[in-house]
Amino acid sequence: MKIAVCVKQIPDPASPYQLDPTTHNLVRPTEQVLDDTDRYGVEVGLQIAGETEGTVTLVSMGPSGNLNGIRQALAMGADGAILVDDETLKGSDSLTTAKILAAAMAPESFDIVIAGTESTDGYSGVVPQQIAELLGVPALTYAKKIDVEGSTVRINRQTATGYDTIEAPTPVLVSVTAGVVEPRYPTFKGIMDAKKKPVETKTAADLGVTVTVNQRIALVVPAPSRSGGQVVIDEGTGHEKIIAMLEQAKVI
Amino acid sequence: MAWIFIEEVSGAPAVVGLEILSKTRADGATTVLYFGKGSDAAFATLGEFGATDVFHLVPSEGSTGTAAAAAAIADLVGQHNPDAILFGQTYTDRDVAGRLSTRLDRTMISNGIDVSLDGSVGVTTEIFGGSQLVTTMFEGPGPHLVLIRPKSFPAEPSGGGAPTVTAVPLPDAGHAGSARVTGSFVEETEGPKLEEAAVIVAGGRGLGSVEGFELVEKLAAPLKAATGATRAIVDAGWVPYSKQVGQTGKTVKPDVYIACGLSGAMQHLVGMKDSKLIIAINKDEEAPIFAVADLGIVGDVHQVLPKLIEALENR
Ligand SMILES: Cc1cc2nc3c(=O)[nH]c(=O)nc-3n(C[C@H](O)[C@H](O)[C@H](O)COP(=O)(O)OP(=O)(O)OC[C@H]3O[C@@H](n4cnc5c(N)ncnc54)[C@H](O)[C@@H]3O)c2cc1C
Repeated sequence: MKIAVCVKQIPDPASPYQLDPTTHNLVRPTEQVLDDTDRYGVEVGLQIAGETEGTVTLVSMGPSGNLNGIRQALAMGADGAILVDDETLKGSDSLTTAKILAAAMAPESFDIVIAGTESTDGYSGVVPQQIAELLGVPALTYAKKIDVEGSTVRINRQTATGYDTIEAPTPVLVSVTAGVVEPRYPTFKGIMDAKKKPVETKTAADLGVTVTVNQRIALVVPAPSRSGGQVVIDEGTGHEKIIAMLEQAKVI
Repeated sequence: MAWIFIEEVSGAPAVVGLEILSKTRADGATTVLYFGKGSDAAFATLGEFGATDVFHLVPSEGSTGTAAAAAAIADLVGQHNPDAILFGQTYTDRDVAGRLSTRLDRTMISNGIDVSLDGSVGVTTEIFGGSQLVTTMFEGPGPHLVLIRPKSFPAEPSGGGAPTVTAVPLPDAGHAGSARVTGSFVEETEGPKLEEAAVIVAGGRGLGSVEGFELVEKLAAPLKAATGATRAIVDAGWVPYSKQVGQTGKTVKPDVYIACGLSGAMQHLVGMKDSKLIIAINKDEEAPIFAVADLGIVGDVHQVLPKLIEALENR
């Protein structure tokens, strides 16, 4: 099977995020990391490719930076990457992102396109569905388990109360939740090989996508903050403080 | 004129849809796109919450129906030109809204916690764990597509009568519509529902193991509380996803939220920081959960919780 996995390089979530004060876009440093959520998609892709003698191509949009995040995914074992890096795409909405990713994938005729359910930094949570519609393929969304049998893909689709089993024939898009599989850690060899793997860079114009912006950030203000209360160190009687507060709140 | 998309869940309109309708009916937005089998009872409920007109979209047997629903809504938009269509930030709503956005070639705004429909359409979202509020205005032609987070508005009936229901046949969406549902499984959890409980006891990785979560359950029992969890322990398989609180789980606003051995990550906080009272137990004095807690106990859950449970059981 020919598999595409959508991945994203994001600013390290461990360091505080900032908005550019004039554009309100997220400030993206040169050194970005692979969105942790994407490790699950890459792992799913690698497992299916392993079972079907297939290939895994990463597809990504965003500033290349030093490619650290993409190399992380390549080091896990993906075969190559297509990266769309274009100044004009800064601050793109979900639909533009989907158009770019779909246009980058369309000529390759992938059997399975895999994406996370949402990114850590943007989390609009609709890009996979938009891509599916652009490619004209069914979407198996919020997978917490995946099986491929011949040209049928079956998933357990997470729901608010449990899960549904759903299936569709390839070509198909699958969005995966964290926890669907245990992502592998890159080996030393994987990290060395990743440096030599092909990363193809494209622009929006190469893909024939024109960028339109139909939303404008009008205001960014601090939220009314909830001030913390009392913090006490437990010296064996911490539970009494909790009881007192529960009594005060009249829940006991 | 705005429309509200409402999915049917267990035979009734999804609560998030009723929440949105409760907010928008004052602006005259009372047309609902209802996605599901439908019944007189379900339509009556929509009417009680202010719906006057319902376009009823029935998925064909065994199909997920989301691609076909998007196609049918796109046709309706062509006929009626609504200014906006509001969805819940839920799984099925995201599936339909994403496809619709592509079909109509319209931008969309996700994670709304407030929306204004007078004149131009604006949406408020929270960023950075809810520490900042962003207001975004749509530009260009409508319909503007918005996803609203659950619990953004209270669901309050307005006592309306039965709405006018128009059945809308779903077209064949071809290969894009070929996803089929072959089974449906409920991971039953006992006790009060997370979204409705007055008290929630939630646990995180600090409980140490799946056995540690029993402390959370034991504390919940005398308080008649629902139990919640962080994504870390859902992913670890200790508890089912239906217990997850946060950005990719449930949004809750109970009277009391007791956080046990969870750090208070940004993605967890957005799901619970509007609880009336927050009590946190964490052994790390620097844990971010303490910044939103009304009472923070710096201590070991394995010390504090058993004493607390015993004290409550002896009352
Ligand atoms: C896109 C995305 C979406 C996400 N959505 C969600 C979501 O919906 N909900 C969610 O919860 N998370 C979500 N997360 C994950 C989130 O970022 C955190 O990783 C997660 O909430 C951490 O869970 P935790 O607090 O249980 O674990 P940790 O962060 O590991 O915290 C454990 C805490 O327990 C304390 N502790 C350890 N031992 C003890 C002890 N003996 N006694 C007392 N305290 C102890 C530690 O001091 C620590 O603070 C999401 C992440 C991403 C990227």
